[in-house]
Amino acid sequence: MWALEIRLSLLMSKNIQSIFIMIKKDLLLEFRGKDILVSVPIFGFLLIVLFNFALDVSPNISNHVAPGILWVSFAFAGILTMNRAFVRELEQGGLEGLLLSPISRDAIFISKVLSSCLFMFVVEIALLLALTIMMNIWMFSIVLVVTVLLTTLGFTTLGTLFSAIAVQTRSREVMLPILFFPMVIPILIAAVEVTSEVIAGQFIGIGKWLPFIIIFDALFLLICPWLFGTVMQE
Amino acid sequence: MMTQKAVIVNDLCKTYANAPVLSRVNVEIDWGELVVLFGSNGAGKTTFLRVLSTRVRPDNGTITVAGYDSRTKPNELRRSIGVVGHQGLLYDDLTASENLKFYARMYGLKDVQTCVSRCLELVGLESKSGSKVRTLSHGMQKRLGIARALLHDPMVLLLDEPESGLDVYSRDNLKEILFKWIERGRTVVMTTHSVDIGSGWATRTLMLSGGQINDVQT
Repeated sequence: MWALEIRLSLLMSKNIQSIFIMIKKDLLLEFRGKDILVSVPIFGFLLIVLFNFALDVSPNISNHVAPGILWVSFAFAGILTMNRAFVRELEQGGLEGLLLSPISRDAIFISKVLSSCLFMFVVEIALLLALTIMMNIWMFSIVLVVTVLLTTLGFTTLGTLFSAIAVQTRSREVMLPILFFPMVIPILIAAVEVTSEVIAGQFIGIGKWLPFIIIFDALFLLICPWLFGTVMQE
Repeated sequence: MMTQKAVIVNDLCKTYANAPVLSRVNVEIDWGELVVLFGSNGAGKTTFLRVLSTRVRPDNGTITVAGYDSRTKPNELRRSIGVVGHQGLLYDDLTASENLKFYARMYGLKDVQTCVSRCLELVGLESKSGSKVRTLSHGMQKRLGIARALLHDPMVLLLDEPESGLDVYSRDNLKEILFKWIERGRTVVMTTHSVDIGSGWATRTLMLSGGQINDVQT
């Protein structure tokens, strides 16, 4: 029993070390390539501007439309981020190298989820700031920030799995949204509901939707790493 | 883990889209052998190496490399092998040295800098350590891919047409590296289309045809 515990903790520490090494590599590649951190916030910002004009958002209705604009922008910006998660690995030939390394598939998966989360957070902060300025609604309340963090975790967990599936298909840019959006809609609906409540200053529904987001995260954090190993095996 | 045989393949079968690529393949490879696998295009040489490296799951059969079963101990098996494929398996936006350091850390090597310098020197790329991979020629990328495969001092090297894209000097250098490798009791399994290389480098020659692997008498 003791030996098993020591082995497990050693295995865990090795995996955690590998995860950090892979995240560091992803950050360095992003810093050099600037695929996500430049283009995705610009795309998200353009979406917000477009929605603003299309819906003719006046101060009276901004509270009602802001949650929708926010999460549609996040979802589309997120799709671009998720598309890059494995495309860059594939284009640069590193994915095969990672899969030939003596590290568990779980560690590869978790590292991809965490790097995508980091990139998404940066994009989301920029978009929250843009929405705060354009709609004059304070978007940095603690409940909203926690909702954004939790939703992003679920979004990237599921997105990483579907990105790994889509990257192996011929029309990967089209396949990812087709496969991914139907699965991620529940958590996006929950996030929109929480955001609406927060903006309206009512906190009745939060007790229902926030646990839903947490359960969604936990469920897919358990299932997706296991499925990832199967997806990556030829 | 030094076992009696470096590679043991039993009843290996692999089918793609109902077309059998490998059918009941049985091969045993000893330590210290440099095995060259011949076969026509599409015969299944790359598939065979990919099955050995755990990247392709066989439909049937067992594979043991360096004493590790591919189904029960895949990570240990991967730690014991070095793979050179058609691609260098390198990140274009990282430098030669950064790529090797990344992989060295992934393999949990202790003295990363020494390992990286040694491998770059081995393939004659020490002057290119600070160059991004995308700026290197195809041949240099191939040599860097070989350095990546040697980095963790693997027990078994799996090379898929390693000579392609290499100039004469680099081929001689690769031959020297592989000969030193087998002198240390390590094993090399490689595929090639070059009969010269097959006959000049191999200690044992195999032919993959009709999904079967047979020894070639030379």
